[in-house]
Amino acid sequence: MALLQIAEPGQSTLPHQHKLSIGIDLGTTNSLVATVQSGLPTILKDKDDHVLIPSVVHYGKNITHVGHDALPFLLTDAKNTIVSVKRFMGQSLNHIQYKDALPYEFDETSQDIQLKTEQGIKHPIEVSADILKKLKTMAEVSLCGEVTAAVITVPAYFDDTQRQATKDAAKLAGLNVLRLINEPTAAAVAYGLDQKKEGTFIIYDLGGGTFDISILKLHQGVFEVLATNGHPHLGGDDFDQAIAEMIKKTCSLNQLNHEDKRSLIMEAKKIKESLSTHPDVTAKFTLSNGKDIVFTLNRDTFILETNDLVQKTIQPIKRALSDAKLPITSIDGVVMVGGATRMPHIQSEIKTFFKQEPLNNLNPDEVVALGASRQAHTLAGNKSDQDLLLLDVTPLSLGIETMGGLVEKIIHRNSTIPVAKAQEFTTFKDGQTAMSIHVLQGERERVSDCRSLANFTLTDIPPMVAGSAKIRVAFQIDADGLLSVSARELSTNKETSVTVKPSYGLSEEQMIHMLTQSFENAEEDKKIRALSEAKIEGEQIITAVQNALHKDGKHLLTQDEIKDIQNAIYTLSSSLKESDADLIIGLTKNLNALTESFASKLMDQSVGNALKGKSIDKVNL
Amino acid sequence: MTISITAKAAERVEKYLKNRGKGVGLRLGVKTTGCSGMAYTLEFVDDTLPEDQVFESHGIKIMVDPKSLTYIDGTELDFEKEGLNEGFKFNNPNVKAECGCGESFTV
Repeated sequence: MALLQIAEPGQSTLPHQHKLSIGIDLGTTNSLVATVQSGLPTILKDKDDHVLIPSVVHYGKNITHVGHDALPFLLTDAKNTIVSVKRFMGQSLNHIQYKDALPYEFDETSQDIQLKTEQGIKHPIEVSADILKKLKTMAEVSLCGEVTAAVITVPAYFDDTQRQATKDAAKLAGLNVLRLINEPTAAAVAYGLDQKKEGTFIIYDLGGGTFDISILKLHQGVFEVLATNGHPHLGGDDFDQAIAEMIKKTCSLNQLNHEDKRSLIMEAKKIKESLSTHPDVTAKFTLSNGKDIVFTLNRDTFILETNDLVQKTIQPIKRALSDAKLPITSIDGVVMVGGATRMPHIQSEIKTFFKQEPLNNLNPDEVVALGASRQAHTLAGNKSDQDLLLLDVTPLSLGIETMGGLVEKIIHRNSTIPVAKAQEFTTFKDGQTAMSIHVLQGERERVSDCRSLANFTLTDIPPMVAGSAKIRVAFQIDADGLLSVSARELSTNKETSVTVKPSYGLSEEQMIHMLTQSFENAEEDKKIRALSEAKIEGEQIITAVQNALHKDGKHLLTQDEIKDIQNAIYTLSSSLKESDADLIIGLTKNLNALTESFASKLMDQSVGNALKGKSIDKVNL
Repeated sequence: MTISITAKAAERVEKYLKNRGKGVGLRLGVKTTGCSGMAYTLEFVDDTLPEDQVFESHGIKIMVDPKSLTYIDGTELDFEKEGLNEGFKFNNPNVKAECGCGESFTV
């Protein structure tokens, strides 16, 4: 039988409808995939128990190898074995540094990066897609089910083109990407920092070959990237290289072939890793010419020899802090990401620099993928509402047009998404059978000052007296920022809806402009709103009184009373043509007062009609 | 009436509850749905309901509503590994037939 995971209270899914979601850390050197099981983010392994999948793809004549399977080809078939494809994503050919040092053959006729391989031209997006496909399959084998949703992480400094390229790769791999999130944000989420309300955090990410510093500000559950910095070619590999150089010097190794260079690096890596837990390490290995090497290194020497590499990571931190205009003391937490941060002298250097213990109790290789899986789990709808991770906000308010050209806001600006809000509206005229729903975005009160997003009409409203129909208008923004608006007449349940993408075509500057406009014109907007509302109320009461006069005026009121009321109607309706809200409100009140006795007579009459001809015990009181 | 949990499953539940940071136990239940009649539900519990029957096994509190209990009385909850996949399994003595995937059943 199928194996079950524990769901949140009330969140059990139906059989065959489990929403399997994964988080993917699509790294330059290695990639990982994780999922949430019974509430616990868990890294998934492949059949050989590997957690880190090398981001390497080999295009052989008839076969594509990805991950560990592709590694052997790095030496034997470098031209067709693509590494670090992430550096090519969303870039054009002239942006590639050290192009001639790379073993690949580029198609020079194109501005795009096109790699000539045994299998023909490959675009970086295709290479990336092959890695993602591998991760997807790995997750599906491990979870025994189809993956329905994924969150993929990207560096905070990725621009729109690089992000779009990543999304395209995911699409090509058949992955439904719920959202791309920043790697530092994912790391912060893995440590549960999003559960706090406020705070400023530094993410120190020293990977295999790249170093990234990000400063994140958490404000009301939303992470904002304040500054990023780093070094594109600094990582754990440089520490391996430093140890390899020490071995070469100590053992006087000068002329080394490819194979020996490679095994030297492998040995150096092993020494580095054991120095994190042992004070000294001795390595013994044999070179291809049969020479035995014995090399001992203690931690103190290692720290001394690699201190310049550690110091190289401090500069970018200082620059990021100064970009964000923040003193060191304002940092509330430091998150360590990347395998290289296991080295004790990095830990102690960071602790001294920030004068606080860094967060390091999660596996630094896995922390980004773990955070991504948490985000995917939530976005896929596996958690209850109050546990929702809040990572995005609506930049501007959304609402609909109401009578008098006013905007009734339904979702307010800075609401965290996903969000759903509904409000009831009613008809304005007797017997009204249709209602036009005009969806608007903006902070101003008048329709003409806001941005029109969509327009649709709800028809077949049963004819009723004005104000008695109930139309429920619901706004919903999903995690991708997609807005859907529906309008439903509650007695017939007839519904019409429309979907729009609110941010489409709106630039940052336009958004800011719309916002400042609303602040500058706040007072004027308020007056316009008051006037418009007064006019609507005046019109409504005139219509109601005229209808009543026409029907019942003659037999319930005296000639004089009718005359007074008609005069009041006349003065009110002429004031409606002017723009004096206070005057309109006063005259409306006046008409209301004049018709008070008329209204109570009407009430008596309708009660009387209802009771007429019925015996007392048949009346439901 | 009895509902129990194996030591292996209890260890997992304890770990998951600890990670979650809140919750008093585990809720076992059935939903009427699925391709073969009924489906199991397995959830964390934050609040015990007045009608709940509470069992305790290997230190884990298990809540079952009376309606579900008639379908799963005698069930032992186990934690198993099948290949790379791992998860909880209902060993329910009342089951007469299961659908192919085993996620739903009839009694």
